[in-house]
Amino acid sequence: MDLDYHALAPEIVVAATILLVLGLDVALPRRRKYWTAFAGVVGLTLAAVPLVTLALGGGPGARSMLGGGYVVDDFALVLKAVFIAGGYLVLLMSVSYIESDRYYQGEYYLLLLTSILGSLIMASSRDLITVFVGLELVTGPLFLLAGWRKGDARSNEASLKFFILGVLSTAVLLYGMSFLYGLTGSVTFEGIRTAGAGLLDSGAFRLAVLFTLIGFGFKITAVPFHFWAPDTYEGAPTPVTAYLSVGSKAAGFVGLLLLCYRAFPSVTEIWGPALWVLAALSMTLGNLTALRQDNIVRMLAYSSIAQGGFILVPFAAAAVTNDPLVIQEAASATIVYVIIYAFMNLGAFAVVIEGARRTGTSMIDGWAGMWRYAPRLAVLGAVFFFSLAGIPPLAGWYAKFAMFLAILRPGNPWTAALAVIAAVNAVIALVYYARVGKTMWMDPLPDGASDGERTARPMSGALALALGISVIFVILAGVLPFQLAGVFAEAAKVVTAGI
Amino acid sequence: MILTQFLVLGAVLFSLGIYGLLSRRNAVTVLLAVELMLAAVNINLVAFEAFWNTPAAHGQIFAIFVITIAAAEVGIGLAIILLVFRNRASGNVDELDLLKW
Repeated sequence: MDLDYHALAPEIVVAATILLVLGLDVALPRRRKYWTAFAGVVGLTLAAVPLVTLALGGGPGARSMLGGGYVVDDFALVLKAVFIAGGYLVLLMSVSYIESDRYYQGEYYLLLLTSILGSLIMASSRDLITVFVGLELVTGPLFLLAGWRKGDARSNEASLKFFILGVLSTAVLLYGMSFLYGLTGSVTFEGIRTAGAGLLDSGAFRLAVLFTLIGFGFKITAVPFHFWAPDTYEGAPTPVTAYLSVGSKAAGFVGLLLLCYRAFPSVTEIWGPALWVLAALSMTLGNLTALRQDNIVRMLAYSSIAQGGFILVPFAAAAVTNDPLVIQEAASATIVYVIIYAFMNLGAFAVVIEGARRTGTSMIDGWAGMWRYAPRLAVLGAVFFFSLAGIPPLAGWYAKFAMFLAILRPGNPWTAALAVIAAVNAVIALVYYARVGKTMWMDPLPDGASDGERTARPMSGALALALGISVIFVILAGVLPFQLAGVFAEAAKVVTAGI
Repeated sequence: MILTQFLVLGAVLFSLGIYGLLSRRNAVTVLLAVELMLAAVNINLVAFEAFWNTPAAHGQIFAIFVITIAAAEVGIGLAIILLVFRNRASGNVDELDLLKW
């Protein structure tokens, strides 16, 4: 069996970093454990180097391994870059948070890096077995990370709920996959696509497709499979919540993109309406519930459910048309949305971590008058929350623009209806995002609080770096969106090839 | 060979697993129910493999991965249940009500 070590280099570097962190954790004395975080950050930086050489080296296009089950092409490279950048930001956000918690630092970074390795594998997987292994590698460590505060009953509860629904969704997904294999006789996406074209009338095949969609529905927290998410997000440590809402969710979307566009193009009449419903429900319920939240982490949990709905919208457009250009545009819209969402949501969570440290609360009311004692943090908070709402010139506007462009292109009444639902929801979302901005900028300080006690310690350097990177990306991507979209169009071309 | 019997067995096990998962209060029993569902998946995979009888044996490879990862997940699950039990002296799922659903 031939392995292309250059193509596998990012995974190999991350795996080596995991082993190094494990070794360091055993060898280092307790007060030096922060070196494990340093090793993790350096390891992820090094893992980005082969990505650049692979992208520039070009060569014969896609590099395929394991009988076509593991492929490194433009799609995989773009998404691996996003996963590495997202993991890098989460590591930076974790450093001071985990250190101040005095819990097991070494194990924390070990598990986080393992989850990142899983998402790298997801991006390259082109058969059912690899998708399954990658997905489990992403979620397995997250069950443990969600319960990180061992003594805290809320953290325990978050972890147990996440675990039970996580394994349930895996079982449903696997049951669907077993029928996909059984009916087509193949585990690769190419094989399923070829054989699936002859199974259009098979009820079992349609059911198998639906089971797989439900399995991924849990992972991407689409309504009605979302109910674990707000509890888990609230109970888990905040950096883990940030990773859950970005890394593991993006991994789910990657799986969904690959399955829908590469494996199931023949049964669009099944996954098109199914994802239409999921998108409409996720946007509407997510936004309406987010309106009523007074805890900012819980609000971001519902907001991330709603954003997941926006990301699903272009799938519905791709399902109703046969025009390859429109399909490609839809795939591109999803990819662009996932990437922009990753950066702005991580930035928002970094603001939440720092804001909760300053004010000692994650209740939105407790943040009133933040601009008086932390003006820079209040500016950053406004940037990320308005970007999530989709206000130009921040990156979020382009994500929504591409999404609307993709859904309006086919000119079908159903997709037009979905576009209307999305537009209404974009307005609802603005209300609760703007409310956070209003609380920070316009409301008076809460009773009994003074400016002095809240200016206490300065922000940690690592968190400041994470905030800096995300804010630069959010502003640059918002000002120069079309250059960014050009990069992702290549990735979309790869994923929709052959439809 | 007769494929249907195996698929029916798998479907029955899968349904029993879902029923157990939804109806049982004890977290360990819930874990057992999930194992039933994964056993159903393995029966399906191996039966389909015998049906197609390809030299690549993808179904059996898939089943081995499912078994391995299921074992790892049970380890994680028991660790979490142990943690909950230690803090609350109860392993019942419906008593987890600190966070509103």
